[in-house]
Amino acid sequence: MSRLSIRDVSKTFPGHRRNAPATQALLPIGLEVGDNDFITVLGPSGCGKSTLLRLVAGLETPTTGEIRLDGTKIVGAGADRGVVFQSYTLFPWLNVRQNICFGLREKGMKLTEQRDISDRFIAQVGLRGFEDHFPKQLSGGMQQRVAIARALANDPKILLLDEPFGALDNQTRVLMQELLLGIWEQAQKTVMFITHDIDEAIFMASRVVVFSARPGRIKAEIEVGFPHPRHYTIKTSPEFMALKARLTEEIRVEAIAAAH
Amino acid sequence: MKLLVPVRRESRIALGVAFFIVFVALWSFLSMSGAVPRHFLATPWQTVASGWNLFATQGFTHDVGMTIWRVVGGFLLAAVIAVPLGIAMGVYKPIEAFFEPFVSFARYLPASAFIPLLILWVGIGEAQKLTVIFIGCFFQLTLMIAMIVSGTRRDLVEAAYTLGCKDTGVIRRVVLPGAAPDIAEALRQVLGLGWTYIIVAELIGASSGIGHMITDSQALMATDHIIAGIVVIGLVGLLSDVLFKKVNQHLFSWSLLR
Repeated sequence: MSRLSIRDVSKTFPGHRRNAPATQALLPIGLEVGDNDFITVLGPSGCGKSTLLRLVAGLETPTTGEIRLDGTKIVGAGADRGVVFQSYTLFPWLNVRQNICFGLREKGMKLTEQRDISDRFIAQVGLRGFEDHFPKQLSGGMQQRVAIARALANDPKILLLDEPFGALDNQTRVLMQELLLGIWEQAQKTVMFITHDIDEAIFMASRVVVFSARPGRIKAEIEVGFPHPRHYTIKTSPEFMALKARLTEEIRVEAIAAAH
Repeated sequence: MKLLVPVRRESRIALGVAFFIVFVALWSFLSMSGAVPRHFLATPWQTVASGWNLFATQGFTHDVGMTIWRVVGGFLLAAVIAVPLGIAMGVYKPIEAFFEPFVSFARYLPASAFIPLLILWVGIGEAQKLTVIFIGCFFQLTLMIAMIVSGTRRDLVEAAYTLGCKDTGVIRRVVLPGAAPDIAEALRQVLGLGWTYIIVAELIGASSGIGHMITDSQALMATDHIIAGIVVIGLVGLLSDVLFKKVNQHLFSWSLLR
């Protein structure tokens, strides 16, 4: 059964001033994401891939078409779709545990239950001992780990990540990819991950969706067949290299188009 | 001195105290050397002595108490309405569009110019004093709070929606806690504004208060009393400011983290 179904969805933003031309961010696209699928959406900056994620999250309304999750049409944001943003969006007045429990408290869950769940995810993202720290006391990578834990604690049907590691340094980013992949291999969640980093797109995905330059449309869908659990060493394997070369070519054309 | 580099705590206190010393020294020089006649400008020592005299023999404590109660009373009345209104304006843009132009206009109406009217409308009693403070604080505070709330981080609001919050939950759990430190800071600044209006309100038609004492002293040319009154206002204002700041730092320690 298919979890996420995107049909003929397009998005046009009206011009900011009167008579200003409208911006077409997304041409009508169709995409099916199956149960427990991990798809990465790869494209140059400004290609509308984040817009697609925001549409699925319910933070934007599609101009045409519709998005269904388990058959139910998406109208507005909701706890069934967890989002990890590129910017650090932890609530600065709440500590790590309170941030992770944010959605649980909104559901009215009992405190003891909240504690059990937050304990589990704090351990899973490797932040034991940091429960009482405030976001400003954490590094960027740690903050994004809390953001992942906060989204997962809500037990969403799908996890949406919008270039969550984009602001991190390269070493941290690689470790975060392994952490997220490890969580996915254990928990089995449907994941949609937006990125412009080719290595990242291949390493985690079971399918890479390549976007064209603005206005965005799906240019190619490429299956990634590496078995799980994946080890970081596959990044140097010939198969990985071949896939990377192919995607590099696809993206390069689009990046050039975007620059003009 | 390096640009933007903070100073150590000890040197900060020392520097702050040093300027008070410079100020008092200059004041002493002007008044004691005869550069300014004594009956126009009392010496620091005379001022302290008559300040003591005011408290000890002339019931000045009552005046100070009355003034504080008027400032705090008028300020609280303004805050009780301005805080919810400002928040509503900040989050609901039609409400802002409805009130903002008028409040921006009313903000420029000088509170002291209302005094003659207020005497006609509500008499010369406490209601008049409270109303002056209210007018002086309310519009300013409303606009400041609306602006603070408008500045709520969109990404935090969106995160809250994706975690299952509805509108009221977003206001209660994101907008309010996020804006609280800045709102508290705005309250602190506007309370200071209240202090600048109270004396004007007390200059006319008051039978008690620091402003009343100052008007009385003017008739007697008692500049030492006037200066003592001004200094007391400064000290009370400073004290309320420090208290406010301490409470804010305690309540919103998270906002001080770097």
